[in-house]
Amino acid sequence: MSSQALVHVEHLTRYYSQNCAVNDVSFDLARGEVLGFLGPNGAGKSSTMQIITGNLAPTAGQISIAGLDLLEQPKQAKREIGYLPEQPPVYRELTVDEYLLYCARLNRIARSRISAAVSLAKERTGLGDTGRRLIGNLSKGYQQRVGIAQAIIHNPAVVILDEPTVGLDPLQIREIRALICELGKEHGIILSTHILPEVQATCTRVQIINRGKLVFSDSTAGLQSRMNATAMIAGFHTTPDLAALQQIAGVERTEALSDKRVRIHYGDSNPAEALIEQSVAQHWRLHELTPECRTLEQIFIELTCSEEHTQSGGNSQ
Amino acid sequence: MIFTIAARELRSLFLSPLAWAILAVTLFILAYLFLTQIETYIGLQPRLAAIDGAPGVADIVVAPLFADAAVVLLLITPLITMRSISEERRNRTLSLLFSAPVSMTEIVIGKYLGVLSFFLILLALLALMPLSLLVGTDLDLGKLAAGLLGLTLVVAAFSAIGLYMSSLTEQPTVAAVTTFGLLLLLWIVDWAGTTEATGSSTLAQLSMLRHYEPLLKGLFNSSDIAYYLLIILLFIGFTIRRMDATRLQH
Repeated sequence: MSSQALVHVEHLTRYYSQNCAVNDVSFDLARGEVLGFLGPNGAGKSSTMQIITGNLAPTAGQISIAGLDLLEQPKQAKREIGYLPEQPPVYRELTVDEYLLYCARLNRIARSRISAAVSLAKERTGLGDTGRRLIGNLSKGYQQRVGIAQAIIHNPAVVILDEPTVGLDPLQIREIRALICELGKEHGIILSTHILPEVQATCTRVQIINRGKLVFSDSTAGLQSRMNATAMIAGFHTTPDLAALQQIAGVERTEALSDKRVRIHYGDSNPAEALIEQSVAQHWRLHELTPECRTLEQIFIELTCSEEHTQSGGNSQ
Repeated sequence: MIFTIAARELRSLFLSPLAWAILAVTLFILAYLFLTQIETYIGLQPRLAAIDGAPGVADIVVAPLFADAAVVLLLITPLITMRSISEERRNRTLSLLFSAPVSMTEIVIGKYLGVLSFFLILLALLALMPLSLLVGTDLDLGKLAAGLLGLTLVVAAFSAIGLYMSSLTEQPTVAAVTTFGLLLLLWIVDWAGTTEATGSSTLAQLSMLRHYEPLLKGLFNSSDIAYYLLIILLFIGFTIRRMDATRLQH
């Protein structure tokens, strides 16, 4: 099991009549990973999640959950899925305990373990003393927690959360993020969000989806290195030889942007000082030196707003 | 699994005041009808005593009561079935069922049984009225059982139709109106047949009333039973197909 991907999605495509909502999306999720799904509104995040959880049939493509094909063995595969849709699917007229009991039975938890499963789910989502209250009377944040409790009650291999922190107060958001991190240790988690810092705080891997297509997929660590200033733009009046720039200690790669400007990629040590010294010594007449620091937001906008950038962004990987 | 879903459905029905109100009003009206039939019987009794093989209490009290009960149920079934699927669709709680390890058939049958149990409770309470006559008179239990079976089949068919209509729309009121329309149509569809005095016409065969009357007289006809079972299976099948279709397209 551990070597096998928990979720395996291959060439997933979904059309709404003529409209292509999900276009040839493929990815894997391993145990212990928290996968963040990013994308603008209507990019196909929710559709992808609905398809993976069996709420929506794909037009084409294959999905397997813990090695079980979702379309061929839906019942067995769905046992391994916990799903929180955008709107928590709670019955307002039931109490929290009644609702969780129903979910536990629905997910075929053995009779003897039901009460333990309900209290564990409540404890993990901080619902401890709300058991006898009507869900309809709870605040939005607590309803959201009930929704999460419902998704994890049967200890599924994969937990899929569609915008889990919407409508929560900052304190609750922190608690839910901590819960996601904790769950991520033993389960595979897919979560979608609009909130970019949330991805950095909770996810181990990031995927950006735009117009149904997967445009970016990397670990958060990889993303971090893309965001850190590992490049600077230097402008010269006399353009130096690129090979000469390459000689400077710390420089990994150079890239000519125009005949006067060069992007310099570097590793751990910043070569700025050495560059200035060289510039003075060799009369390159350096007049600009800008560290390139990108935020996740910039990467996101770059990937989702223009097609050309999408291409180059993917290539530079 | 089916029973888990059915139990939740029934519980939710009784958690809303609607079910209680319907139960109270229906039983009040039926009790009133029951008492008027008793009064009729008491008025007729001296004359009946003189006739050999005269109609008994089952014919004079139970049959008219059950015939009226079917009409009352026709009016209230849409109110009970209207919310069963449409409201879940509207509140987006269906995804809880869809992502759980249960098949669409189990979901639909579970919901159906939940709604049906409500009506079975209503019928059980209704059956107590004629049964109370056992204290003072001889009641033809065979006829009562046939009538009760007929009424159960009628309400089971009503519920199946109501469930299907509820799966078609997000608006409970639309589901109620369409259910009521279809039920009424199926009830009166034989009027066209009877005016032409061709009792065996196709339209008359479709009528629910036509298949209910023999059972009230104590005639157990397998074709009548088959008619109701077919209606039930047909509309449950339609509902399952309809629910599957929600996964396929939006």
